[in-house]
Amino acid sequence: MSVTGGSISVRHPAQHRSLKGRGRLSPQAYLATTTRILRQLAGDHRSVAMILVVPSLIITLMYFMFQDAPHRPGMPSPFNNACLIMLGVFPLIVMFLITSITMQRERVSGTLERILTTPLRRLDLLAAYGTAFSIAAAAQATLACIVSFWFLGLDTAGSPILVFTIAIINAVLGVGLGLLCSAFARTEFQAVQFMPLVIAPQLLLCGIVVPRDVMPDWLQWISNVLPASYALEALQQVGAYSEPTFIAVRDIAVVVGFAVVAMCLAAATLRRRTP
Amino acid sequence: MMSSSSDELLRRGTDTAIDVKNLRVVRGKRVALDDVSVQIARGTTTGLLGPSGCGKTTLMRSIVGTQIIADGTVTVLGLPAGSADLRHRVGYVTQDPTIYDDLRVIDNVRYFASLYGADSAAADDATAAVGLEDHRTALCGNLSGGQRTRASLACALVSRPDLLVLDEPTVGLDPLLRVDLWEQFHELARRGTTLLVSSHVMDEADHCGDLLLMREGHLLAHTTPAKLREDTGCQSLEEAFLSVIRHSTAA
Repeated sequence: MSVTGGSISVRHPAQHRSLKGRGRLSPQAYLATTTRILRQLAGDHRSVAMILVVPSLIITLMYFMFQDAPHRPGMPSPFNNACLIMLGVFPLIVMFLITSITMQRERVSGTLERILTTPLRRLDLLAAYGTAFSIAAAAQATLACIVSFWFLGLDTAGSPILVFTIAIINAVLGVGLGLLCSAFARTEFQAVQFMPLVIAPQLLLCGIVVPRDVMPDWLQWISNVLPASYALEALQQVGAYSEPTFIAVRDIAVVVGFAVVAMCLAAATLRRRTP
Repeated sequence: MMSSSSDELLRRGTDTAIDVKNLRVVRGKRVALDDVSVQIARGTTTGLLGPSGCGKTTLMRSIVGTQIIADGTVTVLGLPAGSADLRHRVGYVTQDPTIYDDLRVIDNVRYFASLYGADSAAADDATAAVGLEDHRTALCGNLSGGQRTRASLACALVSRPDLLVLDEPTVGLDPLLRVDLWEQFHELARRGTTLLVSSHVMDEADHCGDLLLMREGHLLAHTTPAKLREDTGCQSLEEAFLSVIRHSTAA
């Protein structure tokens, strides 16, 4: 008996370890990282308050801006258009900023290098960032949608659930782009300035300022390869049609694709070995 | 009885914890390590000593597997440094405490516990081991320098590593705390952990069983405190080290 007991106590750690090395650990590491990121965010009360409330406040401001603006009968009110655009744009901008700065901080503080010496897989880390900030974006979009649809009378032909879903997908896109851009920023100061560089051209060319079909051909082509063009087009489709259109579904798929590609490129920038 | 004897057999089979052969590392345009070869036995406490900028951290990063190396091999616990299977067996504490300042001590340690697949009891043990029980719910950003160093150490202890690499863990700490930390390192060594500890303060060398003396990317000597004193005829290790340097530059 004592022989069996002995052999188990010697072998057990080795077996246990080889399993741990095979990525069985991943759900635990992924969940722990998601919790850790959310806990860091929750510790910053002022940021939480701003993430939650600012989009709703801005949308309310727009409601009053458009209150007395003339609009042609039979057409959707200008507030309707603008509000829909804002519901899509906010998650993209806010999550891009938060992610790029948080990740840049993690790179500079050395914690990134440290957690990469643990069994944590790189995709688990990125998925954890995506999940944590999507949860934050979901909270933000919930409040913004409630305010827009209930209190400010936003009216879309399609389902508000679809508007909410596109907002979350935009947040995931923002997280993906933020993670990628953080690799190219040496300081937080640089990380912030990626916002006008990466987000502003997308918003200018996506068709909300100047309709895409009146832009010169070459700008239309650039617009065609920018993810925000598809995100905003999807929202406009949901605003105009009661059933999900083919274009809306295609656009949502394209945005998801962009987000996944950005995450994979970001994974490639996470190096366990550095010079 | 049975288990302890098989344990010994296992250990005897591979009793080298770290095997570095002809290691060369280039950082930027500078050669940080040049043809460094060294073997460190399991269960030893080895001090890595030398002036700052001599390549201590680079050697440690090579052993942990975070350093891109130009030439040579680094084998740790029988596997190439940085192998996936080593990630839960090697603990690394960087010189600056790398913890999340916006989390509480216990949340930091628990997070690292989860990454290593350990439970929250292990996190409690590690927090207690570094003497931060009273500060477990304090935000790391509010801790003193020494406390942050110990919190960072707890995040490495939580995996119960076979090899623990500590980069200047006592720098900037008051003498009382240094004694405290060394007490903890000795306790780890007694339990079988191999320790590699760097320092640029020679008076810490007496805590180590083995000594590696480095200068300008080269390994000058692999010795013990007693042998170093004997070879150089100096009582103070500080003088002994200087004497080794003079010899090596003369030769």
